[in-house]
Amino acid sequence: MSVQFVGLKEINGSIVVLDDIPDLKFEEMVELKLDNGTTRTGRVVQVEGRRAAIQVFEGTRDLGLVGTVTKFTGHPMQIPLSKEILGRVLNGSGRPIDGLGDVYPEKYVDVNGKPMNPVRRVYPRNYINTGISAIDCLMTLIRGQKLPIFSGSGMQHNKLAVQIVRQAKISEQEGSNFCVVFAAMGVKNDVAEYFRASFAQSGVMDNVVMLLNLSNDPIIERILTPKCALSAAEYLAFEHNMHVLVVMTDMTSYAEALREFSSSKGEIPGRGGFPGYLYSDLASIYERAGIIEGSTGSVTQIPILTMPNDDITHPVPDLTGYITEGQIVLGRPLDQMGVYPPISILPSLSRLMKDGIGEGYTREDHSALANQLFASYAKVQEVRSLASVIGEEELSPIDKKYMAFGSYFEDHFIAQGFNDDRSIEQTLNLGWEILAMLPREELDRVDKEILDKYLPIKAEA
Amino acid sequence: MGTNTIFSINGPVITVRDTTDFSMLEMVYVGNKRLIGEVISTNTDFTTIQVYEETEGLGPGEPVVPSGGPMSVLLGPGILRNIFDGIERPLQDIAALSGSFIPQGASVPTLDEEKPWQITVTVKVGDEVSGGMIYATCPETPVIEHRLMVPPSLSGKVTFVAPDGAYRLNDCIVRIADGSGKEHELTLCQKWPIKVPRPVRERKPITMPLITGQRIIDTLFPIAKGGAAAIPGGFGTGKTMTQHQLAKWCDADLIIYIGCGERGNEMTQVLEEFGGLIDPKTGNKLTDRTVLIANTSNMPVAAREASIYTGITLAEYYRDMGYHVAIMADSTSRWAEALREISGRLEEMPAEEGFPAYLPSRLSEFYERAGYMVNLGGSEGSVTIIGAVSPQGADFSEPVTQNTKRFVRTFWALDKSLAYARHYPSINWNTSYSEYVDDLREWYDEHETAAFLECRRRISNLLQQESRLMEIVKLIGADVLPDDQKLIMEIAKVIRVGFLQQNAYHKDDTYVPLDKQLKMMQVILYLNDKCKEIVAREIPISMIVNTGLFEKVIKIKYDVPNDNLELFREYFTEIDETLSKIN
Repeated sequence: MSVQFVGLKEINGSIVVLDDIPDLKFEEMVELKLDNGTTRTGRVVQVEGRRAAIQVFEGTRDLGLVGTVTKFTGHPMQIPLSKEILGRVLNGSGRPIDGLGDVYPEKYVDVNGKPMNPVRRVYPRNYINTGISAIDCLMTLIRGQKLPIFSGSGMQHNKLAVQIVRQAKISEQEGSNFCVVFAAMGVKNDVAEYFRASFAQSGVMDNVVMLLNLSNDPIIERILTPKCALSAAEYLAFEHNMHVLVVMTDMTSYAEALREFSSSKGEIPGRGGFPGYLYSDLASIYERAGIIEGSTGSVTQIPILTMPNDDITHPVPDLTGYITEGQIVLGRPLDQMGVYPPISILPSLSRLMKDGIGEGYTREDHSALANQLFASYAKVQEVRSLASVIGEEELSPIDKKYMAFGSYFEDHFIAQGFNDDRSIEQTLNLGWEILAMLPREELDRVDKEILDKYLPIKAEA
Repeated sequence: MGTNTIFSINGPVITVRDTTDFSMLEMVYVGNKRLIGEVISTNTDFTTIQVYEETEGLGPGEPVVPSGGPMSVLLGPGILRNIFDGIERPLQDIAALSGSFIPQGASVPTLDEEKPWQITVTVKVGDEVSGGMIYATCPETPVIEHRLMVPPSLSGKVTFVAPDGAYRLNDCIVRIADGSGKEHELTLCQKWPIKVPRPVRERKPITMPLITGQRIIDTLFPIAKGGAAAIPGGFGTGKTMTQHQLAKWCDADLIIYIGCGERGNEMTQVLEEFGGLIDPKTGNKLTDRTVLIANTSNMPVAAREASIYTGITLAEYYRDMGYHVAIMADSTSRWAEALREISGRLEEMPAEEGFPAYLPSRLSEFYERAGYMVNLGGSEGSVTIIGAVSPQGADFSEPVTQNTKRFVRTFWALDKSLAYARHYPSINWNTSYSEYVDDLREWYDEHETAAFLECRRRISNLLQQESRLMEIVKLIGADVLPDDQKLIMEIAKVIRVGFLQQNAYHKDDTYVPLDKQLKMMQVILYLNDKCKEIVAREIPISMIVNTGLFEKVIKIKYDVPNDNLELFREYFTEIDETLSKIN
């Protein structure tokens, strides 16, 4: 259907209103042609009889009430896809911006996707070896998982994401089947450039699709960016059987864009001014990770979000944590002590880890070791807060051992170089070595047999 | 009646103008794809409808057709072992019809209409029957016998019965003539509106615990059959894990597991895990007694609101047959948020935190549907509700947690710092409570000996003392405490690590029978008493610590198998022998 309408009734922020339109469809796409010949795209967001409210992706600047020609397409937002998108750079709504011409589409896909049927999901079990000790041992990443990085401004989340992408690829035997979808939402130009350069440097650029919506790009397009990225990811994973790692940064900017858009529609705000449907909206993004029956591909998500004021109870990290299968939390104190990656162990977690480790996956002692490290490191925190009151000198001998264990653990286990790619064996052995700093009686989370087999005998009594 | 058409669309909420054809809470079919919706308000100008599916692609002018009745579920054999979405559509059949992703307007029959069931009719021609009486039975799964009941509103004289044999869902097997002589055909299924509690004869006081095999729950904070409990906790504290453990091991006859706005992978995990697990009581698969309702977080929000009601209605139906049913609702916060979301779309005046003002009444309506009942048919059954709560920002003062607290009597507060130290289940023993202990006293005394509650009292007392001492230790260190207080700290540690902490992945520790729980408490308390005697003789406590007795007792949970409780005797002797060597 290509009836065109001249003129607009109302313009308000990024929303334009048209009256007297026959045969409207909710959420259908529209094209707006300006006086000066350029076109913009928009989407119907509210329908009332023959009146339509349309959000314009590129913003409403220069739009006039007269002269604008609107065309209703009759179909929802779609993205053209083919395997050729690998290696391309697209804008937030899926149009190429690298000057290499249009993508010749094999298929058009509705960006909103459809919910996966839980009975057709395959429970994720294969672990991804990232070569980073803290992650592999304590919050193992599983293929098909959604594991966000909670960070703060100024911390090295981007570097960590790049290291994960690079090293996860190397350990992958079916290397050619691996690809990355990178979605930038409201990030600075240099950040996007950093990712591009890093991908190019490690030679994976041909297997990367980049969708860029930079901080000065329109916010409406930002709302579409993750949806387009995930449509591309699902297409590559489930129709071309590839293992897709989706890196999305920064989810906080996305949520803020959603808030801006919601308030311009005059909706009733919920917590922190965010719309009441923020949970459902975030879930419609995160839940698109997974593996389905009948395909050998997978979609694994690593969303990155910066916690405003390092506050983990802020609505965005809070709701994210309730949807995703765990989280990797970066800690300011570790970062300031120069520990890279500054992963704050205790609040971090991988929910799918328990079924993807142990005998047959990593090693039989993995889960016991991880539990013991968590428990002992939690004890270190208690001892440290005691030491800050009574002074380190006054601590009991056993507490002093905990203090030593704590700092050694941070400097040698959590900390590792940007190019340091540790195998799972190395990581686990290192864990036992460090645990051996504590008296054996303190290791109450581990079975005797495992202790006998793996705990190194200390030289001194 | 003219054709009603859609006027406006805003997310899951649509309106129809100038009609009086709809009644409140009526189920309707919306648009050309016949999406399912429910009327949530109506006046002469506008009828507002919430749609249980995605509204993308819907246009004004498409038809809206009333169904003539409220939103209902179909009740009959075939519910068990199934996995439904929030409005009782079987997800397996949707997958068979349309692949791995759920389309709009998927229309599949709720229960298998072709499958034959082996029916035994239990009434004769001429019998007087009334609502709730059983007229036929059939084995639904190896563990659960499905009992077909006369719909609650119906009574009269049986005029026809079919011979025993195999029948399909919609075959008529019994006919009843009511008081006015009108005949009613009874098939294998009936409908019931989800928002109306099924009637019962009377509510009975609570007397029986729901045994879960989880030590901290059974011993410290028990839940009763017919009771209601809440599990609040921030993300990562193990709500879902606790719910899974309860669903696997609690001694209810039937489990309804509602995944309300939670993760898709979790539902898959439940499907996989329960399919492989054997119920210790019956020796059959756990799935034989389980119904799953999955409305994951990315499925339409209005159906999320309905999923809770669907679940409880199924539970009440099986309760009416005389079963003890437990509902796991994970998570009720998502349900409350769905209410908030819809309320926002309706532009209602928000109350606390944007939640609608009717949140407390909706919550209480839900939790009050739990209870131990005498059914219309005369049998006894119960519905126990265990609801997870996901407080925003792990702050228990938010409205959903606070309002839930008013309507439940068991409160298992999950604690972030315990979860960080991987102490699971991370139920905090200082902030949790159970009001059922007194109601259950008689049962414990009768079934477990009076010692059980006495041990419980002493254990919880020791934990209280420890938490008081901890405040001192946090300030000045443990070294300065006198030895008798150090002993309390040591024993409390044994209780925390050896008793309260429980390993869900250990074959013996995942489910612990009450006998073993009692014996474990007795050993710990015996150790406490004996050590106290030694400390009273002014022998330094370090001498006891060095014997390794404490570690030994901590490991009881792994070292004594559930089926060999004789081994406990050795622990008492060992404590005696080891301690007698200290002088």
